[in-house]
Amino acid sequence: MESMLHITTLHYLVLGAALFLLGVIGVLTRRNVVIVLMSIELILNAVNLNLVAFSRYWQSRPVNMGGGPSALHGQAFAIFVITDAAAEAAVGLGILIAFFRNKETVNVDEVNLLKW
Amino acid sequence: MTPVATPFFFYLLAATMLVGGVMVITRKNAVHSALALITALLAQAGLYLMLYAPFVAGVQIILYAGGIMVLFLFVIMLISIERTMKERQFNKQWLIGMVAAAALGGLFIAVYTTTTKGAALFPEGRLTYGESTNTQDIASLLFDRSTGMYMFSFEIASLLLLVAIIGAVVMSKKRI
Repeated sequence: MESMLHITTLHYLVLGAALFLLGVIGVLTRRNVVIVLMSIELILNAVNLNLVAFSRYWQSRPVNMGGGPSALHGQAFAIFVITDAAAEAAVGLGILIAFFRNKETVNVDEVNLLKW
Repeated sequence: MTPVATPFFFYLLAATMLVGGVMVITRKNAVHSALALITALLAQAGLYLMLYAPFVAGVQIILYAGGIMVLFLFVIMLISIERTMKERQFNKQWLIGMVAAAALGGLFIAVYTTTTKGAALFPEGRLTYGESTNTQDIASLLFDRSTGMYMFSFEIASLLLLVAIIGAVVMSKKRI
């Protein structure tokens, strides 16, 4: 109980892992492409949560070990991951619209033009 | 400023996030999934605030709840949703998918409970709370002439966004 009430970095890591797993299940099992893309967003956000939690941990480390209040590398990485997520969503949804125009469906099982 | 009732808010936001995540992958209607995803992402912004990352929290709200989710909802409006809702929602590999996810979860548990020489592999130390000149510090990491070690990466990220814009326009054009 005591370890439940002290919120540590590990709590955030476990939460990130749970969210990552939800995203993986969504990507592997859903047939709707839109929801697959949303699951990918979930995965990227789980990674972001880990990065920010580690950044917080690293800020509490001593300065001579590379820590200190201005050790915000995790947060800078999180910004880059958010940028990637935005680019991925834009291109992915563009591909989805092109696919829907050709096949009149958003079912991922019918994306088989490149299959032989 | 020291946060108050940290465990309560952590568990509240974590529960909101997980419920939102489960709703995203189980709802039949894609609009409901999108709304659940917004809920999860806003709860995550709250967790960023608890981790003393106000800038990332603001970016999360503006970019995800304001930008990406609007994009998703527009695309859901463009595609016909009725037919999709009548179809089977999960594919034939759902059992294999669950097994793979369970294996990955077991791997996470194994890694997080690993100890080397009696100490846990991942830090469990209680987080300390510092002052926040957060936005300025991130800016000096990204742009500053002497301490900005991510300047080149930042330029590449802007190039990536340009490529994404062009790619999205080309993909959704009727005739290229």
